[in-house]
Amino acid sequence: MDDPKTTPEPGHEKAEQASRIFEASRSFGITPEQYMLPAQQQIRMLDAQGTLVPVEQQGTGPGHEYPIPEDEVLLKAYAALVAGRRINDQNYALVRQGRLAVYPSSHGQEACQVGAALCLEPGDWMFPTYRDTVSVISRGVDPLEVMVSFRGDWHCGYDPKEHRVGAMSTPLTTQLLHAVGVAHAAKLRGEDSVVLAMCGDGATSEGDFHEALNFAAVFEVPVVFFVQNNGYAISVPLSSQSAAPSLAHKAIGYGLAGEQVDGNDMVAVLATLRRAVHLARENSMPLLVEAVTYRMQAHTNADDETRYRDREEVEQWKRKDPLLRMQTFLTSEGILDDDAAGRITDAAEKVASSLRQAMTAEPAENPLEIFDHVYTAPTAQLLAQRAQLDDELQRATTTEGAQ
Amino acid sequence: MSTITATSTTTFASALNTAMSDAMEADESVVVFGEDVGTLGGVFRITDGLTKRFGANRCFDTPLAESGIAGTAVGMAINGMRPVIEMQFDAFAFPALEQIFSHIAKMANRTRGRVRLPIVIRIPYGGGVGGVEHHCDSSEAYYAHTAGLKVFTPATAADAYLMLREAIDTDDPVVFFEPKKLYWSKAPEDLSTLRQTYESDSAHSRQIGAQGQAVVVREGTDVSIISYGPSVATAVKAAEAAAEDGISAEVLDMRSLVPFDEAGLIRTVEKTGRAVVVAEAQGFVSVASEITARIQERCFHSLASPVLRVTGFDIPYPAPKLEEHHLPDVDRILDALDEMQWED
Ligand SMILES: Cc1ncc(C[n+]2csc(CCOP(=O)(O)OP(=O)(O)O)c2C)c(N)n1
Ligand SMILES: [Mg+2]
Repeated sequence: MDDPKTTPEPGHEKAEQASRIFEASRSFGITPEQYMLPAQQQIRMLDAQGTLVPVEQQGTGPGHEYPIPEDEVLLKAYAALVAGRRINDQNYALVRQGRLAVYPSSHGQEACQVGAALCLEPGDWMFPTYRDTVSVISRGVDPLEVMVSFRGDWHCGYDPKEHRVGAMSTPLTTQLLHAVGVAHAAKLRGEDSVVLAMCGDGATSEGDFHEALNFAAVFEVPVVFFVQNNGYAISVPLSSQSAAPSLAHKAIGYGLAGEQVDGNDMVAVLATLRRAVHLARENSMPLLVEAVTYRMQAHTNADDETRYRDREEVEQWKRKDPLLRMQTFLTSEGILDDDAAGRITDAAEKVASSLRQAMTAEPAENPLEIFDHVYTAPTAQLLAQRAQLDDELQRATTTEGAQ
Repeated sequence: MSTITATSTTTFASALNTAMSDAMEADESVVVFGEDVGTLGGVFRITDGLTKRFGANRCFDTPLAESGIAGTAVGMAINGMRPVIEMQFDAFAFPALEQIFSHIAKMANRTRGRVRLPIVIRIPYGGGVGGVEHHCDSSEAYYAHTAGLKVFTPATAADAYLMLREAIDTDDPVVFFEPKKLYWSKAPEDLSTLRQTYESDSAHSRQIGAQGQAVVVREGTDVSIISYGPSVATAVKAAEAAAEDGISAEVLDMRSLVPFDEAGLIRTVEKTGRAVVVAEAQGFVSVASEITARIQERCFHSLASPVLRVTGFDIPYPAPKLEEHHLPDVDRILDALDEMQWED
């Protein structure tokens, strides 16, 4: 029998023939649609109490298989979770003390934060949002450098090229396109680095989300789009943001595979992301992973969450806390013992105290530097303005000295 | 130089095309992409033949999305490439503005100079070609207003070649405005000579450099007509007409709006004592306004007359039937000269 899909209209062949999806789905013995659509349920390995879910209830299946990472990796993830929670809470406190200008906390989302960093190889890239401080730190960037912009400095603090981590900034989803460009450049040079591109649920409504997914699919580049669906974009709930069955479903329209995972299940997040990164690298194609999680604190210190959600809802999510679940699981499996737990807590405490110290110190800033990097060489206008500010500063010092 | 023969004539368009292919030849990291730039060679054919010559990895069509084009250029530049992207028409660059303003302009500053984005954004601009709405805008002011971008606009075929090569070679992002009215204009230039000039000593053949280098394209003593891009030719014609009335007009082509050659501007105005600024873009809050303000700030004591502007009206571009009434022309420039104060 003739399959109508195998005889495309003249001039319309390309989309089907070029798609790597067809190859990939065939290799799993399923249809492209089955491959691209998320599994029937969220991928979940640990239940809310931290007990391992039976395999047949994990949501996995052909083409949606997610092997549980090795003990060593799980332990590392746990250490990063503990540190991440500590960093979130320390920074929250620093904002209240006026030491930080702003901090978008990922308290409650730490499993996603850690998974995003641990799924990558050193040669891979990460493009985070403003809420992904813990991911950036888990990737290995010095916490003090990461916090520079939140302290109110004019620059991003760390060297994006050295760490292969995009500069955190706020224009929503614009960084997803940067991720696609980085992957495309790597592909043209024959490198196989994968790029993880992060955004929130609200951000999926932005045009650049659409353009990035489409470009990545057409260019056939290994980008893993990682959406942390924490239920809100500031005050606006997901229901006002999208009418799709899930955000993972958005993938199919662009010709890529989407998966939805329990974002508060450290094991599942890591398993899903690791597999996505692997597939992206193997097949040079993009994938989308949506992690369903919850922002336990206000959007930032400037936000009043009581205006749009009740305590009851937050309390419900407290019972799915990613940290406790992972701790229970690792302890019951004998992967985590008291010694290790103690070491992990101490290490997290060290990071927190170094943050406290660094953010309490007044940084020695050179105001004149604001002119120095705008262009490779300052223009005549900038040189004149620099001289003006220099003069103002010197006069201010002289006046101070005279008093 | 030898006498001009048929082979040493070039169009503005082929100067741009050759600049890109020479840059691609010289540096493997130069890539060209945009809408229809591959097989078709661009709607204006400026990228004609690049895919054929360098392959689809070096010159390629993208999906139809300008923010996507600019945003992926950012990523490619972060990862070692020198993207030259084409916006199909002036008004169709607007979907890319967020990427251009928020990232391309600011990345070097945000990263303390660690991540420079050597991107060239080519934009065919301006009117006078009978184009319909959205195809004739002069949008240079938006970009010139944005710190971190360089903004070039050549007015001659030689500058089209040399300035585009410089734009590709500079580590700063450059918005490169191509007056589409000039694309098919011919000039007695030999591209291989220009290539040799540029490649043998590119430091000296820099047309713009760090501080900008406006050029006096016609010497004069009574008044300076200051212009750029598509209006330079009109300014020269007006100067020639004025000469018949006994007025000696100097014409300055700014060439680069950022960096802005203030020294060159001051020089001509101090010499002549009078200035008219000519540009196609609507005049309100425009580059012409900036030039006028600078003359007032820096040359006040040399001025014998108020500085005047001859620009497009403050209306949406009235293309194509009524554009002739909108664009600055010789008569309007001559009227401005008449309006100037000539007696002491
Ligand atoms: C283009 C753009 N529009 C608006 C904003 C202001 N803004 C900052 S965060 C935010 C909500 C984003 O929500 P989501 O994508 O779900 O991420 P979350 O903050 O929940 O992590 C908004 C509207 C912005 N940063 N960028
Ligand atoms: Mg959200």
